[in-house]
Amino acid sequence: MDHKEGRSGKSWHGQAETKGVPVGVFIRCDGCQATLFRKHVAQNLWVCPDCQHHLRVSAADRIDQLLDKDTFEEWFIDLQPGDPLGFNDRRPYPERVKAEQARTGLKEAAIVGQGFIRGIRLVFGVTDSNFIMGSMGSVVGEKLTRAIEEATRQKLPLVIVSGSGGGARMHEGIFSLMQMAKVSTALGRYHDSGGLFISVLTHPTMGGVAASFASLGDFILAEPKALIGFAGPRVIEQTVRVQLPAGFQTSEFLLEHGFVDRIVHRRDLQSTIAQLIDYATS
Amino acid sequence: MPSATEPRLAFEAPIYEMESRLSEMEAQYARNRSTGDTTRIAEQIRRLRRELAALKREIYSHLDPWQVVQVSRHQSRPQTRDYIDLLFDQFIELHGDRAIGDDKAIVTGLAHLDEHKILFIGHQKGKNLAERTACHFGCAHPEGYRKALLKMRLAEKFRLPIVTFIDTPGAYPGITAEERGQAAVIAENLMAMSRIKSPIISVVIGEGGSGGALGIGIGDRLGMLEFSYYSVITPEGCASILWKGSEHAPKAAASLKMTSRDLLSFGIIDEVIPEPLGGAHRDHREAAASIKSFLLHALRQIKDLPTDELLARRYDKYRKIGAFADDATRAENVNGALEG
Repeated sequence: MDHKEGRSGKSWHGQAETKGVPVGVFIRCDGCQATLFRKHVAQNLWVCPDCQHHLRVSAADRIDQLLDKDTFEEWFIDLQPGDPLGFNDRRPYPERVKAEQARTGLKEAAIVGQGFIRGIRLVFGVTDSNFIMGSMGSVVGEKLTRAIEEATRQKLPLVIVSGSGGGARMHEGIFSLMQMAKVSTALGRYHDSGGLFISVLTHPTMGGVAASFASLGDFILAEPKALIGFAGPRVIEQTVRVQLPAGFQTSEFLLEHGFVDRIVHRRDLQSTIAQLIDYATS
Repeated sequence: MPSATEPRLAFEAPIYEMESRLSEMEAQYARNRSTGDTTRIAEQIRRLRRELAALKREIYSHLDPWQVVQVSRHQSRPQTRDYIDLLFDQFIELHGDRAIGDDKAIVTGLAHLDEHKILFIGHQKGKNLAERTACHFGCAHPEGYRKALLKMRLAEKFRLPIVTFIDTPGAYPGITAEERGQAAVIAENLMAMSRIKSPIISVVIGEGGSGGALGIGIGDRLGMLEFSYYSVITPEGCASILWKGSEHAPKAAASLKMTSRDLLSFGIIDEVIPEPLGGAHRDHREAAASIKSFLLHALRQIKDLPTDELLARRYDKYRKIGAFADDATRAENVNGALEG
């Protein structure tokens, strides 16, 4: 389920894989390789002013970009992953989690809570692909499930922005796989109750995240040129032993094949979400 | 018993060695029977049979996780179509997803299991190269998952319980599978199965590989054959990501805690279904009988539950799965076992 997608160098569709945005005055655009003022890119919602390439956005920046100023109230912040398998790859899993927490300033790969978009109150969740590749373990599953249940109870719209190269997190084994079931089951109840769920797919959304909540929106929006799919491109290449077509598993590919409702430029994301909520809740 | 031409598992070598000694002795017994005294050799045969049973028991009670994975993939291990023949008095296969095609990696149909009429769904891997190629080695495409869901809707409409058999290394990783929305159809199945109004009973009969397994695996009762595995990723996949090479698969298999005993201890499955002595590949009939008693017991437990209660219990079953600590309440959750 975990896909080796964040390898170094260039991936097959021409995007250099960055692990977050490096700190410095200048940054290089993954799309056009131009050297840009970091500040200018940040002011432009982390979109390259030259080529419109959408760089990765941290969960915190995403909240600032999408929600009305200072309206976000984070929920369930104290959830901490366990170590049910006693997992140890090059380092014990609890140490890996601590290191990721220190490196990213995040407690886990998902942040959930409530906030407002253009004056509309809603439940909001976001996964940060910088934290263990944005993979879903028990905490991500539990936070999203609690958020969905809260949206069901309070009859609020639900928006989840996905970014996950990792899918279901290997380090928690079967518990991670079952989070796909848990979150999807909660979404089933939410949909039954008439709830509105807008799923926003960002680069990258893969594996068990793509194969659960990210694909279960009433509306599915994607940022341009995001990598979205089930199996990682390298796994597919190794299995079918042919070169993958240009643009394979991009947002545009998914739109072409009918699995995304709209591709939305980051600057239009907030207004699009507000418009969709307006249609669905009038 | 596997024929001499089939690949044999290395750790089973002592079993094969003793089996061949036994068959020599049996041949000798047959030759001598008409000509002379067979008392002594008959006694030797009886003793060797006892020893062989003890040897199988000894080896199979100490399998490491990687050996379990090898047994779960054994070429002679019974597959879905074997069980269909052995379990059901009648089977009416239903093909196709009415959109793209008929995925041979997932078999669906109506069946009689004793007095129960059921809808059956199972992964099929194929026995020989031609079959395996046609079935993509048990790796289903989106049309397979769509077919499964379509037939489950039938079961819901006509109030039939659903039985699914899981045996896949994973959903197919390929270009057409992605074009047809592999992620989206699996997601759809997870959500749909959580709400289907029929009782759903699943059995992992061999490989339970990640989302491809889960895609027909949401339900009310989950059993695992003793020497099957169920995991978030195959040991080879995990090894190549974390240890940069599939030769580390044995280490990955142990790390992922993917055996039936592990999953029972985690509370993820309801039951370990015992296999015949020396694994299901040694006695298909007995393996089928073992699964049958699990299915009949599970059906008795849930088939008359009111729908609301069935779905409420199904929700809770998944709702409580997770291993995390909540610092705010100082509570620790491992599958709902809250400790203050």
